[in-house]
Amino acid sequence: MAKLTTNRHSLRTRIGGLFFVLPSIITVLIFVYGMIIWSINVSLTDQNSGRKKEINYVGLKNYTDLISDDRFTHALGNLVKFTIVFILGTLVTGFIMALLLEKGIKGEGFFRSFYLYPMAISFIAMGTVFNWLLNSARDGEAGGINLALQKIGLGFLQNDWYVSERGAMYAMALPAIWQMSGYVLALFLAGFRGIPDDMREAARVDGASESQIYRYVLFPQLTPTLLTVLIILGHISMKVFDLIIGINGKSYVTQVVAVYMWESTFDARNYAKGTAIAIVLLVLIAIVVVPYLRYNNKQQAYR
Amino acid sequence: MSKDLVDLITTKHDVRNKKRKLNGKERFWLIFRYVSLTFIWFLIVMPIYVMVINSLKGVKNVYLINAFKLPERLDFSAWSVAWSGTDYFPQSISESMTRTLIFVIQSSIISAVIGSINGYVFAKWKFKGSNLIFTLFLFGMFIPYQAIMIPLVRVATEVGINKSIYVLVFAHVIYGIPICTLIFRNYYEAIPNELIEAGRVDKASMIRIYRSIILPLSIPAFVVVLIWQFTSAWNDFLFAIFLTGGSPKLSVATTALNFITGSSNQVYYGVNMTASLIVSLPTLIVYIFLGRYFLRGLLSGSLKG
Repeated sequence: MAKLTTNRHSLRTRIGGLFFVLPSIITVLIFVYGMIIWSINVSLTDQNSGRKKEINYVGLKNYTDLISDDRFTHALGNLVKFTIVFILGTLVTGFIMALLLEKGIKGEGFFRSFYLYPMAISFIAMGTVFNWLLNSARDGEAGGINLALQKIGLGFLQNDWYVSERGAMYAMALPAIWQMSGYVLALFLAGFRGIPDDMREAARVDGASESQIYRYVLFPQLTPTLLTVLIILGHISMKVFDLIIGINGKSYVTQVVAVYMWESTFDARNYAKGTAIAIVLLVLIAIVVVPYLRYNNKQQAYR
Repeated sequence: MSKDLVDLITTKHDVRNKKRKLNGKERFWLIFRYVSLTFIWFLIVMPIYVMVINSLKGVKNVYLINAFKLPERLDFSAWSVAWSGTDYFPQSISESMTRTLIFVIQSSIISAVIGSINGYVFAKWKFKGSNLIFTLFLFGMFIPYQAIMIPLVRVATEVGINKSIYVLVFAHVIYGIPICTLIFRNYYEAIPNELIEAGRVDKASMIRIYRSIILPLSIPAFVVVLIWQFTSAWNDFLFAIFLTGGSPKLSVATTALNFITGSSNQVYYGVNMTASLIVSLPTLIVYIFLGRYFLRGLLSGSLKG
């Protein structure tokens, strides 16, 4: 159908379409792809703040330096810890929310609206609250979350939160889970409701129990949704920046790749190193996102 | 495409047979669901609750030990301090709020117009290679902006628009092209081809079809894109901090950060909470009144429907 109509276009109109998007194409070409290449170019030099100094190409030195840079590997390790806890936590929380809501329940709209509001607020703003509530003082001096845990008889869960090296990144994942669970809820809720009711009914008529219906009929239908959720959470997680800065600034314990990039660029004024870190981040994200885009592109072609 | 994701989510849905009385097991599960939903509700609401109540305790009577307690008496002094500053607390957000509002509105409108035109072409006037170009656009949506930041700062400095709001308008418009194009394209894809078939002759009619058929149908998509761009530009911190060198007067995000990191030794948590709350209000209000459209923008980021 779509094919037929395109064939009917005259050459002029097809070029007409191109004509109108050309400004955007050029803009994206320059400001996305061109600037990535420019960044790669900077990352191969020894450029830092002083403009007068002549700039030399040093090959991959900035990248190999990163491998032996303890601060970078520390930041990367932190990012991995954060990503694992954030993805698992958000996935499980969001999925449970969707399970609780998917059958339809009185007051669903009320719960749903509240579950989604964190997505509308910036992390810099929420950082104030989390920075304060996740205070590390315990027992007698405790306040915030630690005090609340004591009050409800879960005092043993009291924690240093983002202060000590051991659990800092896991503590950082909590606010991120708080913010993103609603997103996962929305995607899974749409997934559940995209499954025709007949499938449930048919399984019920065949004598399947409720749990069997979920296990064998509904869950397998949600695999594409799961893939989407993983990709979206994965790329958000790898870019995490505002959240960390908002809660704990540039502190070493909670430094991740994006924060270290900022520090190297703005505090150390080492542009070459900063771009090298940024390109590493880009590659990590591309590994996750590019296959997804290709898969998506193929699906679009069938539509 | 019949139903999009948001319709699916918000459609009243009840697979239970309502007429039938619940048996014991079903009643147990219903209660279990309500208890769990309420528990999660408390966790989700807690941070904003803490923000609100502690903003009403005045400037100096805010202690972590009482973080969850309601104020004994309402004291709005933290609001006026956060809004306009005082001698011992020199930062104010009223100024940066106005500036942010201006650049955010500007960039949202420009983004929506560009997105609409692009989406129209990518959905209805496909040319050879347009799908590939569109996919290349989408990649721009996922990149970490750090990867383009240093050249961008360089260009902005050369042109001389760094440290002004125009650099932020510029950045949000350019890097908003992918998502805005995507939202409009998905929206226009759903408009039946038959509707525009008759007029398809040449370039002139391409513009006419846009003006007389497509544009009048586009209002929902415009709302989605405007809200999306408004929220993301308002909440943006990355561009603000890099492109304006962290100048706290330019963007609310950087101002809010300045409150948190604080320039003085004394940290006034009440004022911090209030500042954060004020900064969050515009996007929260948009969410409260136009949540459906916000959700639609949010979900289009997943590239589905």
